[in-house]
Order: sequence, then C-alpha cells, then structure tokens
Amino acid sequence: MRPTTPSQDFIRGIWEENPVLIQMLGLCPALAVTNTVKNALAMSAATFFVLCCSSVLISTFKRLIPKEVRISSYILVIATFVTLADMMLQAYAPVQHKELGAFIALIVVNCMILGRQEAFASRNTVYRSLLDAVGTGIGFTIALVMMGGFREILGIGTFFDISLFGPNFEPWVVMVLPAGGFLTLGFIILGMGVYEQRKLAKQAHGEAA
Amino acid sequence: MNERPDTDPIEVKVVDPSQPDTAKDAPVEKQVSTLRLVATLAVAGALAGLLIVLVNLHTKPIIDVYKAEQLKLAIYEVLPGVSRYRTLYLVDGALSAEVPAGAKATDFRQAYVGYDEAGRMKGVAVSRGESGFQDVVQVIFGFEAETAILLGMKVLESKETPGLGDKIFKDQVFVDQFFARPQTPLRAIKAGSGKGAPGEIDAITGATISSKVVVSIINNGIAEWLPVLEQGIPEEAP
Repeated sequence: MRPTTPSQDFIRGIWEENPVLIQMLGLCPALAVTNTVKNALAMSAATFFVLCCSSVLISTFKRLIPKEVRISSYILVIATFVTLADMMLQAYAPVQHKELGAFIALIVVNCMILGRQEAFASRNTVYRSLLDAVGTGIGFTIALVMMGGFREILGIGTFFDISLFGPNFEPWVVMVLPAGGFLTLGFIILGMGVYEQRKLAKQAHGEAA
Repeated sequence: MNERPDTDPIEVKVVDPSQPDTAKDAPVEKQVSTLRLVATLAVAGALAGLLIVLVNLHTKPIIDVYKAEQLKLAIYEVLPGVSRYRTLYLVDGALSAEVPAGAKATDFRQAYVGYDEAGRMKGVAVSRGESGFQDVVQVIFGFEAETAILLGMKVLESKETPGLGDKIFKDQVFVDQFFARPQTPLRAIKAGSGKGAPGEIDAITGATISSKVVVSIINNGIAEWLPVLEQGIPEEAP
C-alpha cells in the first residue's frame, strides 16, 4: 500500500475497497437484513454510527492503549456504541428496531468495524480516521441498499413500501428469504467482477495499441 | 489497487505497513506493566458502563411508554367493543387485582378483563408465546370467559419467514377469521377444505406451521386460562 491522501482515505471505502462487495466483510448483516430497503438503511445507519464513533474514539486514544490489550479495548468501545445505538433505536425507531431484531446486537462482531480500527484508526490521525470511517460507512450503505432494493423489488414487488408492478405481480418470495440474499450478493459481485475485467482488458488493449 | 494521481494538496504523515512496524511499536518500546494493562481496561470499562447507564436512564422511560402504549392498543384491538379494561395478575393459581406486597407486577402473568360502556364484562385478553417456524411467536388474543368464543387475535412478536410465515399478521383474510367469533378449540385446516364445522381456521398456503402455531397458542392459552377464570374474577374495588 502506498501513502494515501485524505481524499483517498474517503473514496477507498466506497468503491475500491468496498467493505461488503470487495473485502467481503460484514456479510452477516448484508445477507440477513437486506430483504427491504428500509431495513437495509436502518442497519446501515446503526453501523455507520458505531463505525464513526469507534474510529474517532480509538484514533484519539491510540497512544494510551497498550498494544497487549488493544483488541479488548476496541471491542469494548464498539460494544458500548452498539449498546447505545440499540437503546436509541428502540426508543426513537421502535418499528425498525423490531424488524432488525437481534442483528443490532450483532454489529459488535461485524468484522468490518473491528477491521477498520486495527488497520486504520489505531495508526492514523483522528481526522483521517473519521474520513476513512465515513467512506467505509458509505460503502457499506451503498452495498446494503443495493441488495435491499434488488431483493425488495423482486421479492415483494415494492420499493420503499411503494408498490411497483400492481396487484398482478407474483413476488419471487425466494428473494426475501436467506437464499435470495446469497443470490443477490453473488450476482452483484459477479457484475462488479465483469466490469473490472472489461476495464482492465480495455486498458491492456489501449496500451498495446 | 488502481493508480490514482495524488491530486490532494494536503500532505499528511502516513504509516506504510510494508515498513517495519514503526508507528505501532514506537510509543511502547519497553515492557508495559501489568498494572497499566489492567488500569487501561478498568478505566475504559468504567467509562463505557457510565455512558451506557446514562443513555439508558434517558431511553428506558421512552421505551416503556411505547411498550405500554402498544400493549394497550393491542388489548383494545383483540377485545372489540370494549371501552376500558382492568389488569389482573395470576397469583398462586388465582386471579388477583393486586400483586403481593413487595413483588414486581411484571413477574406475574397478566390477564386483561375488558368491559363495555355499561360496565358488563365483554371478554378477557391474555398473551402467550410458543415456538414458531423461526423463533417464539407471541400472540395476544381475547375471548369470552363463559363461552370460550374467540373475539380477536394479534401477533405481538414474530420472526416468521418474510413473505410466507409473516402472513399470520400481514394477511388480512387470515387475521379476519379470528375476529369472526369462532368457537374454540380452533382447528387449522387446509384452505378451502372446510366443512363449516365450528372453529375451523383456513391455514395459509405455504405457511402451515406458522398458521398452526397461532391456532395452538390460542387453544392452549384458553385451556390454561379457563379453569383460572372459572374460579372467579375479583370484584372491582368501588
């Protein structure tokens, strides 16, 4: 890895190193709660909050945390913010909280968040860690909303609860079931792979010419 | 990784992970004392605990109010025509208007007795949970204590399969059957195969297990509560 600029810290998480689609991290929520766009957004918002708060806090106190206990400290920080997010969602968005159920608590073990702490926040400034966290959070949101949209449209025939195809549409129920999550993720990754390969082929072609 | 032109003018000191771990080890070259490790975690833990307690103090009342509100709405929904209700507690196998001194109300199972405007008892609502297809399904339902006729049913909690099992609360045709005053015990049957016998409930195609769970919750719940109700309902304090 070469030295990066702040704007690269930000952009990187959104596309090149998209946590879900490229790094394949945080797949549990990406598969479990993306059956509708609303759930995907609520999950992304909660994860975004935890990721940003943890990155800022850990990069602030990185010199005070002995490396022997760094993992326990990171987990403690992450778990605290997840508990706060859980309680606040329950108080202010009870419907979404009910839908997401146990998956809120499972943000604690989202390896994407711990990964950013270990790989970035623990060795960079607060400003850059925040940029990195925001970028990664947006990347995560894009991936989840993409999956949620795909699955909701095909599986229920709605987008954001708005009916798209009228009453005669027969929903592809499998798309909102777990199997649909795997299918959707697979197809999105396939699509990205094809796009990247085409781009590379084009570059190679251009160089040869 | 793609090559990107370094267009950003802000120069920041960065750590190159391919180099020996300079940044990570630089601040703590010497052995860190055990005390320091324990202290770090203890302080972090204490701060985390404090923060959680503070936020909980703020959110707990909001959550409790919401839950009570939801329960109240559900009780009025499953006891149609009721204008007020009373909460009774199951204490030592009999209903009581109050819990024993010093005990917490939430530790006792509760029955909600609904009255119409004339003050006549219309029905009793109780909630009960049983294992569904995914997780415990929690249902609140109302019934007439004398005739065991079902008055209404509402699913309070369920993680049943979206698109299939969740029809137990999203499919209005299925739900409406429970408001049509069926005689209990209920029987879940294949949709359309009914012979008009009392207590027949058309199960949802593709969600037989979830449908049967709802029926089973109601049957078992009524079987459990009827003997209790037969012992009498405590008079209202004037």
